[in-house]
Amino acid sequence: MNTNGANVGIVIVSHSPLIARGTADMVRQMVGDSVPLAWCGGNAEGGLGTNARDILTAITSAWSEAGVAVFVDLGGAETNSEMAIEMLEPARARRVLICNAPIVEGAVMAAAEASGGAALARVVATAEELSP
Amino acid sequence: MRTSRPLLPGLIEACHAVIVSNADHLGELDRAIGDGDHGTNMKRGSEAVYAERDQLGGLPLPEALEKIGMVLVTTIGGAAGPLYGTLLIEMGRGLRAAGSGDGVLAETLPPAVAAVARRGRAQAGDKTLLDVLYAVQQAVLKQSPPAEVAAYAMSAATDTIAMKALRGRASFLGDRSIGHMDPGACSCALLTGSICRFLEEFPSA
Ligand SMILES: [Mg+2]
Repeated sequence: MNTNGANVGIVIVSHSPLIARGTADMVRQMVGDSVPLAWCGGNAEGGLGTNARDILTAITSAWSEAGVAVFVDLGGAETNSEMAIEMLEPARARRVLICNAPIVEGAVMAAAEASGGAALARVVATAEELSP
Repeated sequence: MRTSRPLLPGLIEACHAVIVSNADHLGELDRAIGDGDHGTNMKRGSEAVYAERDQLGGLPLPEALEKIGMVLVTTIGGAAGPLYGTLLIEMGRGLRAAGSGDGVLAETLPPAVAAVARRGRAQAGDKTLLDVLYAVQQAVLKQSPPAEVAAYAMSAATDTIAMKALRGRASFLGDRSIGHMDPGACSCALLTGSICRFLEEFPSA
């Protein structure tokens, strides 16, 4: 359990805004409003893509003192998430982890774990058990 | 490099011009072995920097490089945004730490290129823009004249044609990535060529 009463936040980053939003819908269906949640995806022209600024905004809006677990789809989503985390102030950056897990299953399982008050490391570990 | 004021806006214009005129080509290269967005992504990034070129030119060079890097990170997106962004941010930081002096900018290149490699978890021969950056770094450290640096860069980009991609989307294609130039290597060589041509015409810089 984390000790400050706040549940770990979940951020979903996909190249596709439809996938990111759909995954967030599935998380909400599972845990309601008990977990801070944000998603981002797509580029400035409405096409597919990811960028660090949108990810930073998502992390900030899903911020929890217990930390934030980030779920990504393909390469650029991960690299941009790393950049976004580095743009946070160091005290916050230490409390954001990118999960090596399938985006939909990982986010839903992590959110379920987070909704029970699990600490960030536990939330991430639960999701990462899905990866071989 | 005495002052960034006349030099930097000119460099930005040169980089912007080469990206805009090659955006379609970069898109085609990326469509062949990736997701096809490298041209539009690079164009978006270079237009954002171009729009701020006068303001950037008024900054001390280390701050200007870092600022350009941040603009690239947040506007290019994809995998190329963090890679080009990291290169410039790290060069700016290196320059600030080293102070001014002849040849200092060249010395910022190896640690900045190493940071790009860490960011992309890539190494030489993986068929990425790093293959060009390593060639540029080597030529710059040898104090090769600009035209030679540009030639090394383009030849390194050409060398990626025969490589099998080991990083990025193209790596999903395995052997089918062989026979195509890496789009990131291409944009990197084009930018290098444009920067070198500009520097040749402004030898006082
Ligand atoms: Mg691409």
